[in-house]
Amino acid sequence: MTAQRPNRAIGRALDSIGAWVLSAVLLVWTLLPIYNIIRVSMQEKEEVLSTSVFPVAPSPHAFSVVFRQAFWLLETFWNQMGNSFYIGIIVALLTLAIGSLTSFTIGRMRIRNGWMLTNAALLTYVIPMSFLAIPFYGIMGKYGLTNNPIAVIAVEVTFATPYAIFIFQQYSASIPFELDEAARIDGASPPQIFFRIYLPLMAPALVAIGTYALLLSWNEYLYAFLLLSGGKVVTVPVALGKFLVGDEAPWNYLMAAAIIYAIPPLLIYYGVRRKMSGGLTMGGVKG
Amino acid sequence: MAVTTTTDSPAAAANTTPLARRRGTFGADKLWALAFVTPYVAIFVAFVIYPIGYGLWLGSDPASYRALFGDPVYPRTVVNTLLYLLFGVNLKLLLALLLSGFFMRKGWWTKILLLIFMLPWAVPALPSYLSINWMLNGQWGLINNIIWNVAQVDGPPWLDSPGLALASVIYGHIWKWLPFWTLIFLAGRMAVALELYEAADVDGASRLQKFQHVTLPLMAGMYLVCTMLSTIWALGDFNAVRFISGGGPALSTHVLATLGIRNAFELGDPNLGMATVLTALPLLIPLVILLMRQLRRSEVTI
Repeated sequence: MTAQRPNRAIGRALDSIGAWVLSAVLLVWTLLPIYNIIRVSMQEKEEVLSTSVFPVAPSPHAFSVVFRQAFWLLETFWNQMGNSFYIGIIVALLTLAIGSLTSFTIGRMRIRNGWMLTNAALLTYVIPMSFLAIPFYGIMGKYGLTNNPIAVIAVEVTFATPYAIFIFQQYSASIPFELDEAARIDGASPPQIFFRIYLPLMAPALVAIGTYALLLSWNEYLYAFLLLSGGKVVTVPVALGKFLVGDEAPWNYLMAAAIIYAIPPLLIYYGVRRKMSGGLTMGGVKG
Repeated sequence: MAVTTTTDSPAAAANTTPLARRRGTFGADKLWALAFVTPYVAIFVAFVIYPIGYGLWLGSDPASYRALFGDPVYPRTVVNTLLYLLFGVNLKLLLALLLSGFFMRKGWWTKILLLIFMLPWAVPALPSYLSINWMLNGQWGLINNIIWNVAQVDGPPWLDSPGLALASVIYGHIWKWLPFWTLIFLAGRMAVALELYEAADVDGASRLQKFQHVTLPLMAGMYLVCTMLSTIWALGDFNAVRFISGGGPALSTHVLATLGIRNAFELGDPNLGMATVLTALPLLIPLVILLMRQLRRSEVTI
């Protein structure tokens, strides 16, 4: 007994030292690239090309350039933010509509071949999105939809809906069937059950999936880059990608624009996170 | 992500069949059901089946494969892809599994740390990858600036040597996706009944023993599913390579996803691009089959 006690105290001390060291390592690991974004966004052009680690003369110059769209690659920045929002919101709404209708039919109306739809969704979920980019580009050309936001919206909805169907199915398992049955006895039609019973009870899942779809589309680069080649329809990621084409990228402008672009998802993410029950957010972003 | 066994709940099973069967005879309901699933079926056919078919057709020309296998960049790309999957996926998931244990600790500090730790996942990929790109710049990047300020020596040219550039891409991938998988495993650990750990405590199990005999067996299935899913997603990952190394120096760090896009669009040869991507099928098809079987059976949804 007497021999054990100091041992345990040492063990506990080592344990907490280990925890603090690991915490410090994790903080540095996590924050280094993020610190770099902020650091560069506050630098003047000359300072970007220097050996400084901390900002020598922090200035809001780069942000002001982005706000005023006073650089040729940023000429339509706010329009691009608008495009990103517009596409994201349409994608979220369509994903919610199509996903909830499909999962309602599979799970609640219990159609005979519902498993085929589940499998179709599963298959879509496990195909790497980028592998279909080449045929997709060709197909959109055939439909005459290149340089049209509809093409990007179609891709995003296609790849967001399967996850929506899974989550809706899982979530709706907790809604008692007796409610549907009672409504049926009172003579409710399937659309009435869908709108009056199913949708209101699914609200938390709808919020989660709406956020997921919005963020998926907000973050999308490859398809937006291929399908929105230029002009007024370009989204922010595509514009950010264009900075790298030139020889001497103005990194401070790029990082300032990148911060502004990253703020909405951060707000949404940390704002909505608490309102959603743990499991639903987890699938948040597909790579 | 949730590890559930919803389908087996007796309540759900009990109230399924009779009404559903009776309902099947109602013509109007059938029409409604048909109308409700039409949008999804249309999307699936127009934007999944059709592109897959068209892609297979584009990649069906033997001449493209001859051109592809004759391209000196291609073997290098295959090796890069395998290294990227091997190290990117496995290091990331192993770290995530271990870290999820760390985040099970109680206390305010762990909660705050977790919120900060999730940042890379919440920030869109592009700003982060671009930042990593500039951070690793050999001349003016933050890392080499730190090395210079601390030790007065020049750091290595991270993105100008093939090996280091690929390692940088793998680092970027792990940095971006580690929080996501840590959260997945954290949810998995939380689903492990606490009683099991308490029972192990009563039996005097050490922490290592608890990990080995309680956590590991219960999470092995999940870990396997996550490995497969992460492998598939990493196989299709375009952004990390595109924005950290750009496939350079001298096309030495391309992976199949980026080389496919390069061949199709920069070289203007969609057939060659599709052939490039399709050479991943021997890896992709078994993974997809295994994964679909696993996901259906275990009800693990990510």
